[in-house]
Amino acid sequence: MDMQVSFLDRLFDAGLLIDTGVDGLYGRSGQFEDVIAAFERLIDRIGGADSAEAMRFPPGMNRAFFEQSGYMKSFPQLAGTVHSFCGNELDHMSLLKCMEVGDEDWTKGQEATDIVLTPAACYPLYPTVARRGKLPKSGALYDLQSYCFRHEPSKDPARQQLFRMREYVCMGTESHVTDFRQRWMDRGVEMMKSVGLDVTIDIANDPFFGRAGKMLVNNQRDQNLKFELLIPITSVAKPTACMSFNYHQDSFGLKWGLNLEDGSVAHTACVGFGLERIALALFHTHGLDVKTWPDNVRATLWG
Amino acid sequence: MNETIRELLARVGGLPVAVTELEDAADLYAAGLSSFASVQLMLAIEEAFDIEFPDSLLNRKSFASISAIEQTVAQILKAREAA
Repeated sequence: MDMQVSFLDRLFDAGLLIDTGVDGLYGRSGQFEDVIAAFERLIDRIGGADSAEAMRFPPGMNRAFFEQSGYMKSFPQLAGTVHSFCGNELDHMSLLKCMEVGDEDWTKGQEATDIVLTPAACYPLYPTVARRGKLPKSGALYDLQSYCFRHEPSKDPARQQLFRMREYVCMGTESHVTDFRQRWMDRGVEMMKSVGLDVTIDIANDPFFGRAGKMLVNNQRDQNLKFELLIPITSVAKPTACMSFNYHQDSFGLKWGLNLEDGSVAHTACVGFGLERIALALFHTHGLDVKTWPDNVRATLWG
Repeated sequence: MNETIRELLARVGGLPVAVTELEDAADLYAAGLSSFASVQLMLAIEEAFDIEFPDSLLNRKSFASISAIEQTVAQILKAREAA
């Protein structure tokens, strides 16, 4: 914990992250953003030849799709919903009075809107693709990036509540999508090596909620559905997941009605980059001043 | 016990086939038991038999077939008697 706080303080002191008063909600400096932009260009160089279809969604998604995704079954503790004032003038007066007095929770009267904060960059993709009809037999590949929200306040700068995730999502047959996942595991290790980061890949699980979640965790691990690329940031014993490699089997295909031309249910897999985490790993490993980073790392990132 | 498990499976399993048509040894995942339905089945079994699955038994294998579930429940009941 102390290492997390001290790294966070150093990032604030250096101006790379900007304190907002809320744990896990930070501003970023131009320098920090430049590292993220450079790393995204590196991703483009490695993945570009695959000709993924790029789509960018804002960090909010259709609440109906969010509900259909089943996110609340597995991760209710992480979700963020958008609520707004929907009352009349009288309600407005009560609201202002409540805020002025401050002894009652003024947000109680806020009503749910049709928007939920995006929990992972690929969530808006599946219903979008499903609406288009059948997928080509050769499968399909998409490139996404979005700010994502997870309600998990923490002093660990590598665990932010609003952060960016770059993703490639592959849909097709089982072998097509598992090959895709393996290819990116190999590429991920090479990429991180090219920017001077020490990485390991390990089997992983999602933070499923509650006791029932334990069973989902065990199932996920037993079936090798999730791997993570880990880099030490605030702890060597517990390195941080900077990339994840997920095979969903046909669960998203069934849920969203994603079918291949021959009528079979599509299998899906996604590979995600935690962009802030990768930037933090770079700052932690090479120092807070990018001008002092090793020449080969600077050359890889900025040419 | 077999009958209770079959009843619960029919209620929460969400299987596209009738539970009466399944052999005791039939692979429930192949029959369409989803990961989430298996969790609901686990909770329903805990309630019906007044037991708690230890973490070591919270896995796919324990719920792979009706007979696997029977064996798992029997194992938990036996451990409780011994305790």
